[in-house]
Amino acid sequence: MQVEQLTTWMQMLVPEATPGISKQYPEFIVPAAKLHDVARQLKENPETKMDYLFCLTGLDRKDGFHVVYHLTSTTLHHTVVLRVVLADKANPSVATVSDLWAAAEYFEREAYDLLGIKFENHPDLRRLFLEDDWVGYPLRKDYKDSFTLER
Amino acid sequence: MEETLMDLDLKEKEEYIINMGPQHPSTHGVLRFETCLQGEKVKWIRPHCGYIHRGIEKMSEALTYPQLVHLTDRMDYLSAHINNEAVALCVENAMGVEVSDRVKYIRTILAELTRLASHQLWWSAFGMDLGALTTFFYGLRDREKILDIFEESTGARLLQSFITPGGLMNDVHPNFQKRTKEFVKYFRKKLPEYDQLLTGNVIFQERTKGIGYMSLEDAISYGVTGPSGRGSGFHCDIRKIAPYSAYPLVKFNEITYTQGDTFHRYLVRMREMWESLDIIDQLVDNIPQGPTMLELKAVKPPKGEFYQRVETARGELGVYIVSDGGPTPARIRYRTPNFSNLFIINKIASGHKIADLVAISGSLDLVIPDIDR
Repeated sequence: MQVEQLTTWMQMLVPEATPGISKQYPEFIVPAAKLHDVARQLKENPETKMDYLFCLTGLDRKDGFHVVYHLTSTTLHHTVVLRVVLADKANPSVATVSDLWAAAEYFEREAYDLLGIKFENHPDLRRLFLEDDWVGYPLRKDYKDSFTLER
Repeated sequence: MEETLMDLDLKEKEEYIINMGPQHPSTHGVLRFETCLQGEKVKWIRPHCGYIHRGIEKMSEALTYPQLVHLTDRMDYLSAHINNEAVALCVENAMGVEVSDRVKYIRTILAELTRLASHQLWWSAFGMDLGALTTFFYGLRDREKILDIFEESTGARLLQSFITPGGLMNDVHPNFQKRTKEFVKYFRKKLPEYDQLLTGNVIFQERTKGIGYMSLEDAISYGVTGPSGRGSGFHCDIRKIAPYSAYPLVKFNEITYTQGDTFHRYLVRMREMWESLDIIDQLVDNIPQGPTMLELKAVKPPKGEFYQRVETARGELGVYIVSDGGPTPARIRYRTPNFSNLFIINKIASGHKIADLVAISGSLDLVIPDIDR
């Protein structure tokens, strides 16, 4: 699907979606409440068939936590990026997409481990790299512990 | 000793749990498989990682781009050149600069030599895991020659940090071309020996054929890329999907099989070595002249977000840079191939014998520091 087609298709599906930051891939900022629905449609619609989630990233930005989903279709060879902005920094939470792409289960665990983003309905949301009793989330910008070197 | 409820529960089902790793020789690194066994059969596997988590993404936030390249070597240490290249390409694309053709050619040759060295070591260790110790000597004998080429040009054998944003650290050694050609000629004779020694071996085939079946749907859903994914028919070679460096200029085949078992994941890598030799052959004779380093005032990508995909020896590496316009990234994320390749092990090894787990995890070719970062 061409970029223009994809943009109109997304606008029909989620009128609230706004174009994102990246110029490399077509990117849309989707409201957190609608994310799972949009992701499911992108995966299941025969015109998009986004069957491969190749990257899921958590970011700590000024306007809140971002979760960025890089999706591509292995049959139709087009790529789209979805972004969710979680403005509530005290309690960031978004629905899991691990039921759609198995890879997401572990990407989400990593984002939870290092950034403390909660993924609702996740089957097994535990820390992945750090010990279970680790305090805090290291990739947050306000993270401090006794070993952090000040620059 | 008092029995806990869990012990009683396991006793009733005649199950028990053993930990394979974190110091198990066949994981080739610190990874722990919590394995539930019923008799000799694997019921489920839960991988536990993080034993070698160094926080590379966090550390990189305090380093400039030319500095943080050095940390990427330490992720997948067998694809060091390719990891460096991924960051370099991402930064160059972000800044809108293009390196000279000479740099592109050298990068591609180095990347393919890296792929060869990596596959040689994997082949050596895979044979050894299955009890064929001889493969280890054959593989390392030939890998040594590649490491010598690296050492001569880059000064390092394993963690080269040679490719950097803007070009290369130095020009390659004057002998580089000659020695690479010698090696290709030499290895073309030696590679059939690998097949004679292991591929056709009955015991080896019995231990790998039909073991650890991975379906195409699972490979895509779990994001299993590289030779492991291609063994299941997943066309995931980034060199074909989104060519970079000198890959648009060369002809090579993407090796795929549809059978998806351990043996075919093995075959993908064996045939990929031939393709790598072909790629080097096409490039090594016509390395153009040109500068090896761009004259950049400062390595500062503009404000924005940039993503770069490359094909390492084990699959797709993604570098995601979030820049605020400063000399250090606001956030850098590595989508590493081994991280995604690991977790399918529960699905493909369950139901097989414990001894097959070694063959299956070997065929995924995991490098543990790349999982943990």
